[in-house]
Amino acid sequence: MNPEQSGPLPAVVEAIYRAQSRRVLATLIRLLGDFDLAEEALQDAFIAAVEQWPRAGVPENPRAWLVSVGRFKAIDNLRRRARFNASLAQMAMALDDRLDAQQMDQDGLEDDRLRLIFTCCHPALTPDAQVALTLREVCDLTTEEIARAFLVTTPTVAQRIVRAKNKIRDARIPYEVPAAAELPERLEAVLRVVYLVFNEGYFASSGDALTRSELSNEAIRLGRLLVEQLPEPEAMGLLALMLLHESRRPARTTAQGEPVLLDEQDRGLWNRALIAEGEALVEQALRSRRFGPYSLQAAIAALHAEAPSAAATDWAQIVGLYDVLVRATGSPVVELNRAMAVAMCDGPDAGLTLVNALLARGELTDYHLAYSARADLSRRLGRLDEARAAYGKALELAQQGPDRQFLERRLRELSA
Amino acid sequence: MKYLCLVYSNEQTLHSLPESPRDEECLAYSEAVRESGRMIAAEALESVQTATTVRMRNGKLSITDGPFAETKEQLAGFYLVDARDLNEAIQIAGQIPAARVGSIEVRPVRTLNVPQQLRQA
Repeated sequence: MNPEQSGPLPAVVEAIYRAQSRRVLATLIRLLGDFDLAEEALQDAFIAAVEQWPRAGVPENPRAWLVSVGRFKAIDNLRRRARFNASLAQMAMALDDRLDAQQMDQDGLEDDRLRLIFTCCHPALTPDAQVALTLREVCDLTTEEIARAFLVTTPTVAQRIVRAKNKIRDARIPYEVPAAAELPERLEAVLRVVYLVFNEGYFASSGDALTRSELSNEAIRLGRLLVEQLPEPEAMGLLALMLLHESRRPARTTAQGEPVLLDEQDRGLWNRALIAEGEALVEQALRSRRFGPYSLQAAIAALHAEAPSAAATDWAQIVGLYDVLVRATGSPVVELNRAMAVAMCDGPDAGLTLVNALLARGELTDYHLAYSARADLSRRLGRLDEARAAYGKALELAQQGPDRQFLERRLRELSA
Repeated sequence: MKYLCLVYSNEQTLHSLPESPRDEECLAYSEAVRESGRMIAAEALESVQTATTVRMRNGKLSITDGPFAETKEQLAGFYLVDARDLNEAIQIAGQIPAARVGSIEVRPVRTLNVPQQLRQA
């Protein structure tokens, strides 16, 4: 009996479930080579814990105990079913041999969670399935929670997960951290999924606010796990970017849920602890000299975080970082953000020239924020007719309720 | 002269119509062709939902879920390879020279669901 765990047993089991169930699951998936078999084994292992720990005490290493019980339960289950299906008998035998040969050292167990992330974010799965599977298997969100967060039905999410698991099994997507040669591209896919989960929780303003901040927190947890297990500069950059965004959450919406632009936010509400953690990570990523788009965006966010006000921000350095980012990504949205930084640095006229040139290229003509930017700069230059027309166009394109409220308010202010 | 015979079918009805072939019949026919000495290789494939498309553009490997949907592309050849897992198959597919201009659909071969003793050792 471990003397430190002397609380009432169900609470101890519950605490261990919360802290360890995903790690145990990740290891069981590796050992058993099958998601469904592993999930069943995880359930069986915890049922055994609830039955046995009150009599025998909580084992010294609960995680190793759960893995060990889980894998034997899985073999038992296969043997029982094997009476009806000969190929299952072979599978149980092969599994038995394989398990005997496998070591369960601490390092191996930690790697399992990373393996699980890389499997769930394999590019041979659809992007929707990557997100759903990661949230289900790595973060332990329920199918209902995932459905609510992405505004789709529960059966849709369930079907995505089932299809993805079938493809992993039938196409034999391996359960491994990719080799060094494949790592950069595969890590890119993992980081994209993590950032997508974060953005869904941070930027989309429809749905339940609580569910959304939960989603961002899951993404940050995944980011921390990645940095801990695989300290690559871009993984650090992404974690830093998420922390720096998250630090502004209390200031970025009004009590009515309307967005507050960066230059109008109460900087006293920004979370300083998250900023400090984000800044340290950005510095570490930039020092590596192997940084990419996430680190650059995080560096820009860090300059905002350091500035006492919008006016006192180092806009020249922000424009410089955007220059590099435009070259790295070729994204017109990044160019739009650069134009807004140029406006802060060299005046609204210079910014408006860039925004108009971008729109003239025809790339962002469906993007409401491009018109919103044109409107804002025209307004600052006193060209009110142009501003009104651009706000109107932005309103035609905007989907989200709060964005529309904001644009409608600006239009009213101009008409007054 | 070698010929590649490609089996096209609606997956939804391939196994479900009264006249749909059973795996035993497929195996028996492939054995018959093998015994006639004219067989090089024949395999059934897993469902199209297990397909992965691989392309190589400017030295960068692109991997996407699903079969390629370019109707402008036609089947130009095939490789039947033995790989450890999908990652290895993707690496092999990415190096096929045509991957630089076309798309390679990677599909796992399906084991026919027939009793062990019917299969060749």
